Amino acid sequence: MKFRVERDVLSEAVAWTARSLPSRPAAPVLAGLVFEAVESEGGEGDNGSVTLSGFDYEVSSRAQIGADVTEPGRILIHGKLLADIAKSLPNRPVEFSTEGSKVLVSCGSSRFTLQTLPVEDYPALPTMPTATGAVTASGLASAVSQVAIAAGRDDTIPMLTGIRVEIEGEKITLVATDRFRLAVRELQWKPEQQDMSATSLIPSKVLSDTAKALTGGDWVTLALSGGDAGEGLIGFQSGDGASSGAKGSRRMTSRLLSGEFVKYRSLFPSEYNITATVETAPFLEAAKRVSLVADRTSPIKLAFTQGEVTLEAGAGDEAQASEAMDAVLDGEDISVSFNPSFLLDGLQVIDTQYAQLSFTVASKPAVLMGRPALDAPPQEEFRYLMMPLRVPGQSAG
Amino acid sequence: MRSLPSILHVDLDAFYASVEQLHKPSLRGKPVVVGGIGNRGVVSTASYEARAFGVHSALATGIARRRAPNAAYLIPRFGAYQVYSERVMALMHELSPLVEPLSLDEAFIDISHLMEPIDRQSSRNATLKARQVADDLRTRIKTETGLTASIGAGSSKLIAKIASDAEKPDGLVIIEPGTEQTWLDPLPVRALWGVGPATAERLRKIGATTVAELRTLSHAELTAAVGASYGATLYAIARGQDDRDVSTDRELKSVSVEDTFAEDLLDPATITAHMDDLVTRLSGRIRKAGRSGRTITIKVRGHDFTTVSRSETTPNPTDDPAAIRAATHRMLPGAVAAATQLTPGVRLLGVGLTGLAEWAQLDLFSAEEGDDTLDFWDRDAETAPGDSDGDFDMDMPRGVVEGSAAPAAPQPPPDPDPQPDPADITTPVPTVEGERSPRQFGPLPPGTRGAVEAAGAERRLLPGQDVTHDEFGGGWVQGSGLGRVTVRFERPWTGPGRIKTLRSDDPALRLTDAADLAREALELLAGRGPDDGISIGDMTDEPAKTEVVDNELEDRFEIWHGDRLAGFAAYRRRGDATVFVHTQIEPEFEGKGLASVLARRALDETVARGQAIIPVCPFIAAYLRKHPEYEEHVRWPAPDSPAGDHSGDR
Repeated sequence: MKFRVERDVLSEAVAWTARSLPSRPAAPVLAGLVFEAVESEGGEGDNGSVTLSGFDYEVSSRAQIGADVTEPGRILIHGKLLADIAKSLPNRPVEFSTEGSKVLVSCGSSRFTLQTLPVEDYPALPTMPTATGAVTASGLASAVSQVAIAAGRDDTIPMLTGIRVEIEGEKITLVATDRFRLAVRELQWKPEQQDMSATSLIPSKVLSDTAKALTGGDWVTLALSGGDAGEGLIGFQSGDGASSGAKGSRRMTSRLLSGEFVKYRSLFPSEYNITATVETAPFLEAAKRVSLVADRTSPIKLAFTQGEVTLEAGAGDEAQASEAMDAVLDGEDISVSFNPSFLLDGLQVIDTQYAQLSFTVASKPAVLMGRPALDAPPQEEFRYLMMPLRVPGQSAG
Repeated sequence: MRSLPSILHVDLDAFYASVEQLHKPSLRGKPVVVGGIGNRGVVSTASYEARAFGVHSALATGIARRRAPNAAYLIPRFGAYQVYSERVMALMHELSPLVEPLSLDEAFIDISHLMEPIDRQSSRNATLKARQVADDLRTRIKTETGLTASIGAGSSKLIAKIASDAEKPDGLVIIEPGTEQTWLDPLPVRALWGVGPATAERLRKIGATTVAELRTLSHAELTAAVGASYGATLYAIARGQDDRDVSTDRELKSVSVEDTFAEDLLDPATITAHMDDLVTRLSGRIRKAGRSGRTITIKVRGHDFTTVSRSETTPNPTDDPAAIRAATHRMLPGAVAAATQLTPGVRLLGVGLTGLAEWAQLDLFSAEEGDDTLDFWDRDAETAPGDSDGDFDMDMPRGVVEGSAAPAAPQPPPDPDPQPDPADITTPVPTVEGERSPRQFGPLPPGTRGAVEAAGAERRLLPGQDVTHDEFGGGWVQGSGLGRVTVRFERPWTGPGRIKTLRSDDPALRLTDAADLAREALELLAGRGPDDGISIGDMTDEPAKTEVVDNELEDRFEIWHGDRLAGFAAYRRRGDATVFVHTQIEPEFEGKGLASVLARRALDETVARGQAIIPVCPFIAAYLRKHPEYEEHVRWPAPDSPAGDHSGDR
């Protein structure tokens, strides 16, 4: 096997595929990246291509890049090591050539000789399911980043580490919760079939990484199989080999999480007694400052009165902080305590000038939404539900 | 050093014996000895009348009987002592929030806030104020409990403690600030905290028999004589230097519950059901304390005493029984498997919460939230008592589960729905993974300890125990044997009563609870009838008996508070000696003086067995230094003992 490739194209593709490699692989071959070089099919500007793939039985990633292939072939190279090498190479064309069980990587005057892994032992990658529709890459990335903050990080309840994807015609709804807060985001997409309806649960980390990694192209194709059956698979593809030049295409598949997601819709109160609107950026800054004195889980208290909100944290003989700022309150005064990181997480993904907090009572969930202007209604496409902290002097109910 | 005599040390005089004399009018003014009554027993407390005969704490009861053959020898009734102790502590709390109990009968109080209005320049006025406060307290203790207390007041704990001992019993000594050293100097070194006969002997060898002489010794000399750490302490206290605060630091560090079962649990469903019951109790307790916790720990002890703990830390503090239960369900199978690897059967289950916080992160799916949230964790939450009730009250009737030492079967909850035969109920409990395991509420054997206590057929009537007779009323057991029991029918509020001899199996004769009698007596003193139903001095959640048992299977003395293990003193038997290796009190029982109770009972039992005490455990060693009466039974371990001449029997 022998090919030559641009250093930037190589290092980006290696970094992207190597990222999903397991740090403690179940089998030694899974630490490797498969390089498959194919010669040109004769099209104009097509000198051949190399496909890099990695797999850990859960997630597979596959990047196709344009390359000058002089001798086709298929080899397996240790991924993390190659990633380290690729990003340190000088900015010159990189040449790969095999010599027996070794591969020689040369770039400028640098020479690396690497031992290859037995490629014949490498498992077959799952096949990409048929496409079910397409979503804009930037739209997917921003929606996923808003929802992923609420996903659980604790593996003990796998269901909570996922992002639920509900497809209903031209609308996709993404939902995640760690049982203390819940984020819902709706977005439009182009389904293959207008009347399609499906749900799946994707590991949050995979979806976040994928959404970020696939922003190269305009559109991301989603491919869903199995759905509720448990052994489901989701595929993502951005770009394709022929039309996207040297950067090539990216493809990713992930096993779906099994298990039923919580019935979350009923968690949102049907109506609110109190709404408070604040200017997002200053409020976020104030909350960050005041939270400095709160340890990871100790409360930040928001006391809303007419025209004003006071943020307070810290207690007793330890450090304390407070700050007051303008707020538009509709309803009675209310004082609610939250885990500061939950509040900050939510505010950080609000991209409108104002943010609205809606309450029923202090011990019930509060809902955070973006609001473009004071005289505009809140945007309901993203809703962030937070369960408050119960603090001393407040009853359980 | 404080400039005001604002620390009081209150010490009840001959506490156990005094309570016995209060409860048994015929014994007032007579020698009374409380402790192990068998010939191998040891004296816990002797009344001052008995002390005149040379009977003192830790003396072998056999010797005591020879010295004071006519004294009344009684078993301790901890239930009663606890009630009196709580009453006295409550009186102290009325004076100041800063009360530091050292044991049932001893506490420090910081009264500096009462001296605020006084001209701080005038220590004379402050001393008068201290005297007035201390006198009032002694009067109140006397009128409201009938007990006498000795009080010492001074500018430090050290001074107050030594002062309270200076004029026992019923004494009051106030050391005016500035005069401490003058007062300390002539005292023998033995008066200082921690100086027992062995230390005193070492100090004598280097020329110090009084505090004044002790002060002439250098830090290095002291360190050479008694070790680095105690040497430093001694150097400071010889100079009256002690700036420790009265510490009410009884901050809750953890909350836990556990049960030991009479018969090993074999069936996973039964084990789970018991764990669920423990979780319900735990969350009730944690809510009552107004706390929540982040780390959930379970403990499983197998038949062969293999003990396995597993813990899980949640990102946010919780007090939600459903969340705690879910965590225990995740950990239980692994822990049970590990604890029962060699032999089947589970003898103990426990669950605890640490990483406590005062706030709780509410859960979107909490079962307690009512109709508008999803009952996600446990669809059968309503079948477990308390789960659906945010204000679950620990004191609600729960059959035998809370009320006795017997951790019996989780009782079907008082449920509006008709209950099927408990033996047939099988409630499916979905675990988080979606599996379903059967949970059975079946009749289970009562716990061992409870069973022993409840074994009416073998009831042992011991001298001092409270009884009641349908015909003759209340009284106490004076003696028993040969199928007969001698009862003196008198109550704390009657005059000395008559003696009657009855058959021990007289069905009209029943044992009664010492704590109840104590409460009744206190209520009468407080001018309230016994039927007012007000429980006085109820400072703890559940007034429970404290008892010390020797668990030979685990080589440790255990102190039980009610049905819960409060701590233990682990030992190793080495021929004619018992080596005390480690003592610990569960965090939630700290500060109740249980460690001292445990040490005393464990040491007494060891002495009673004719065994020498080898204190490797620092706590036991410290206790022994404070309690020189054990000295003749102690073999100090060699390494820490420069004066090695104290090892070996004397």
